[in-house]
Amino acid sequence: MFDKEKLDQMQNSRKNWEENTLGKALSKFPERQEEFQTGSGDEIQRLYSPEDIKDIDYNQDIGYPGQYPFTRGAQPTMYRGRLWTMRMYAGFATAEESNKRYKYLIEQGSKGLSVAFDLPTQIGYDSDHSLSAGEVGKVGVAIDSLADMEILFDGIPLDKVSTSMTINAPASVLLAMYIAVAEKQGVSSDKLRGTIQNDILKEYIARGTYIFPTEPSMRLITDIFEYCSKDVPLWNTISISGYHIREAGSTAAQEVGFTLADGIAYVEAAIKAGLDVDSFAPRLSFFFNAHNDLLEEVSKYRAARRLWAKIMKERFGAKKEASMRLKFHTQTGGSTLTAQQPDNNIVRVAIQTLAAVLGGTQSLHTNSKDEALALPTEDSVRIALRTQQIVAYESGVTNTVDPLAGSYYIEAKTKQIEEEAMKYIEKIDEVGGAPRAIDVGYIQQEIMDAAYNYQREVESNQRIVVGMNKFKTEEEPPADLLKVDPAVEELQKNKLIELRAKRDNEAVSQKLEALRKACEGDENVMPYILDAVRAYGTLGEICGVMREVFGEYQQSVRI
Amino acid sequence: MDRPIRVLVAKPGLDGHDRGAKVIARALRDAGMEVIYTGLRQTPEQIVSAAIQEDVDVVAMSILSGAHNHLFPKVVELMKEEGADDVLIIGGGVIPDDDIPGLKEAGVAELFTPGTPTTDVIDFIKTNLKR
Repeated sequence: MFDKEKLDQMQNSRKNWEENTLGKALSKFPERQEEFQTGSGDEIQRLYSPEDIKDIDYNQDIGYPGQYPFTRGAQPTMYRGRLWTMRMYAGFATAEESNKRYKYLIEQGSKGLSVAFDLPTQIGYDSDHSLSAGEVGKVGVAIDSLADMEILFDGIPLDKVSTSMTINAPASVLLAMYIAVAEKQGVSSDKLRGTIQNDILKEYIARGTYIFPTEPSMRLITDIFEYCSKDVPLWNTISISGYHIREAGSTAAQEVGFTLADGIAYVEAAIKAGLDVDSFAPRLSFFFNAHNDLLEEVSKYRAARRLWAKIMKERFGAKKEASMRLKFHTQTGGSTLTAQQPDNNIVRVAIQTLAAVLGGTQSLHTNSKDEALALPTEDSVRIALRTQQIVAYESGVTNTVDPLAGSYYIEAKTKQIEEEAMKYIEKIDEVGGAPRAIDVGYIQQEIMDAAYNYQREVESNQRIVVGMNKFKTEEEPPADLLKVDPAVEELQKNKLIELRAKRDNEAVSQKLEALRKACEGDENVMPYILDAVRAYGTLGEICGVMREVFGEYQQSVRI
Repeated sequence: MDRPIRVLVAKPGLDGHDRGAKVIARALRDAGMEVIYTGLRQTPEQIVSAAIQEDVDVVAMSILSGAHNHLFPKVVELMKEEGADDVLIIGGGVIPDDDIPGLKEAGVAELFTPGTPTTDVIDFIKTNLKR
């Protein structure tokens, strides 16, 4: 970045500074601790200077926004052109309740919907399944059939909103339901915009809502890639997620490394299935966490963009720039929130919002202050959304693209995270790719070690969490938390009884049989799922057929 | 007591958040206990059968999905049916304060909520062991 003569001069002046100014200060006022660390536990220097970025080439490594290697951003004008999508993840109880919350969020200025499903839905069980007992409508909305989905989006024109659905193992079924609701609204599937999470590998690693074994799961994913590239071309077919990996306890560099390793596995699977890399890669999207160490996080997003661009170009020979451009959604870090003094969480979320925005996110969910205690209330969700709006309209950081670029620390840190993430990818390649590395427990073990380490640092007060292990106060238990009415379960069960009495059960059986044959063969399963959904086959019935053909994933348990 | 305390760390229900369960499992193991971890998605029946088979002194369950009011008492009830009411049963996770008295009444000895140091759990087990 600098010529030799300039660098020599800088080295001399640095030596001079160290011996005189710094030395004097340290002898009188020693620093607070011997060593300083980032939020991820990496050592951080006292000072960064041009010497730390001397090997970085501006044009090659940093470049310009909207252009390879995308270090400075996915689009050329970033937030000067359009702000990120403020997308609040929401859903609970019944489709009726969640529909009300979505309409409220749209009224409050939310631009995209983000659907949270309850656990039975995420694991492909109907609300009346024995394993669903106690879980119906708890962490998200309960969807058993197209009938629920029609209520969920009632009065919301699907050609006007973009919808993100946090759904993985049964993503194909929920996407089919969404397409079917749109049909009923008179909206054709080529107008639909949104995302399905559809990232099964991180379910095995960190999130836990898997159903089928690895191989059929990867097939379902490539079937979706192929189907959408033709019929739902604006849909983001996968959101390759580091969020949950970080929540499970990983470091920032692990978040990047493991997520991109998963991404590589999906690209490889799709290429193996005969797809051209440039036909599906532009629809891949990513999902990252935002933790409290502002500068480390900003560097993390920049590193992820640069590394993915290189991987797509060099490893997979992508030709289109859009295939190399990493777009991502961000959610602030749930695990950073404390149950103690929950108002403090508003401040944490504000810092994390700033990190995501300075890192160039395309969309953002901000957590609410009460999420370490329960699902958020409408009031606390509003504060979380306002936090984004204040950063967007008042902070000024949106007015120029990638404003932290060129900071000696940010550029050095970006490079260091990129290199560390690449080491994890190389290690995973050695093991035989992400699916194999998951099967042998390598990725889970690495994350667990980092999580345990973090816990020990908190308990020994090496790491301060305000209000939890320092600055504690006696406090009253918080009032007015959101409670999901346990009656939801009965309500859903009754809806199912009604549905099964009303629909054409013979047609349902036929469609399910056709789906079974498609699963047993190698045709794309999406059209068959769509047919079963249109006939009001339930999620549990459809996933049940797939369970019978594909079997179920067995987790390898280690601590 | 001449054998180490044996603990079953269990994840009942469909919840996939296992960071807490795994951290607790490791901390208990580092504190000298013998720990068996069930993995995800265990029914109350599976948990009780594992507890009996492994002859544990403690069952420690973790739920972050909100299904605790249904699943924790169910495990206690089944343990009683098996005549294993000398096993200490504890729970943790995102458990609202309002739910804690009811769960204790149902026979869960203690509930540990977010921010609890692992040492509190270890001390509680050591002090309240029933056998």
